[in-house]
Amino acid sequence: MKNVELLVIGGGPAGLCAAISAAEAGVDVLLAERDEWLGGQLVKQTHMFFGSEKQQASVRGVDIGKILVKKVEDYKNIEVMENATVLGLYEDGVVTLQQDGNYVKVHPKSVVITTGASEKTLVFPNNDLPGVYGAGAVQTLMNVYGVKPGNKVLMVGAGNIGLIVSYQLMQAGVEVEAIVDASPNIGGYLVHASKIRRMGIPILTRHTVKEAIGKEALEAAVIWELDDKWQPIPGSEKKLDVDVMCISVGLTPLSELLWQIGCRMEFVGELGGFVPIRNDKLQTSLDGIFVAGDVAGVEEASSAMVEGSLAGLSASSYLGYKIDVEKELERDYLNQLSDLRSGPVGEKIRQGLAKALISQEVTNPGQGS
Amino acid sequence: MRIEEHPVLEFKRGKKVYFTYDGEKLEGYEGETIAAALHAAGVKVLSHSDRNRPRGFYCAIGNCSSCFMEVNGVSNVKVCIEPLREDMDVKTQKGKGKIV
Repeated sequence: MKNVELLVIGGGPAGLCAAISAAEAGVDVLLAERDEWLGGQLVKQTHMFFGSEKQQASVRGVDIGKILVKKVEDYKNIEVMENATVLGLYEDGVVTLQQDGNYVKVHPKSVVITTGASEKTLVFPNNDLPGVYGAGAVQTLMNVYGVKPGNKVLMVGAGNIGLIVSYQLMQAGVEVEAIVDASPNIGGYLVHASKIRRMGIPILTRHTVKEAIGKEALEAAVIWELDDKWQPIPGSEKKLDVDVMCISVGLTPLSELLWQIGCRMEFVGELGGFVPIRNDKLQTSLDGIFVAGDVAGVEEASSAMVEGSLAGLSASSYLGYKIDVEKELERDYLNQLSDLRSGPVGEKIRQGLAKALISQEVTNPGQGS
Repeated sequence: MRIEEHPVLEFKRGKKVYFTYDGEKLEGYEGETIAAALHAAGVKVLSHSDRNRPRGFYCAIGNCSSCFMEVNGVSNVKVCIEPLREDMDVKTQKGKGKIV
């Protein structure tokens, strides 16, 4: 059994920032990451980030990842476990992990869970054919490994991921036949959509996939138009000869560990699915268990980083560390978050958070939820 | 199909290694995932389900369990995150694979 002060689960943008923020306060941190490297999904984000200077706006995601990893490595009080999958959190405070085939037990005094999110799928006939991929999967294949997913792509979903990945497909020399979105509006930022349109890629709103066609892998896709009530219009079918379909219909929190330990959960559609009820310091309904990033509600990497810093600070304070500028730091993080969530773009997130955020009494793990 | 030129990225690939896919000798780069090496060689079908439906990867980050293959005799390896090593023996998996 390994005793640690703070265990951070997940080495993506939220987890890295949580580890840095707690280490800065003097906490001994163990950072467990499932992959062989740190950085999470920042590794495939080749576009420049928005936000303000504090969240490294106009720096490419992949470079932000490198900066954060470097910082983590510089702290003597952060121990990193790579290739380490957390298996379970238990009522007595023990956390189990599997690392390189070995079973490891850890006993932390506090935990920050930053497990991120996974891509949703979409229901249509033959959606399981090879060639039908999550948009993020294609991004990984192209931007991390330099492999083309195929020759011609249909992008499903015109949110930011759909738009950005379409642009990145073109950068990699892959043709994008069209982007479809069931909604009457383009969900992503217009600056991305304009860039795509200038390249001649049609963005078809009120359109969805009727079916995928193929024997062993995708050979074609049939799309059709939707009416005002989101019902498909028979006769509007169009067959597109594509060998790749990217599904970009949102993400859902990877919340298994939260369920297992018994955090109070609530279904909040605006945040991507079931999310933990938390207070404004990002503590869940369980004492000493904090969350940050997409697992707390699907947003952007920029807000995941700020939430990470906040959760790391809250955990340090929970562990009894006295931080001179705690109140200032906390106010700064909260201000950054409200800036990132301001305006019409952040409306959905604000509505979602209103349902997930409460200042409730916390219970001890194992005492029910 | 590998990307050779990219306006933003430079790909630092590991050393070239050989592996077998259903007995066929293929090449890839050490450290990239098995799925990436197979995709670069044009292999998209990684397994067949119990009902004999073809399966490829979906998430490519180890979440969805759609990419299971038999690697060096071990079934249900997530090849979308498993790094490629020299002489690996990679086989298409049928159904749930051999558990024991």
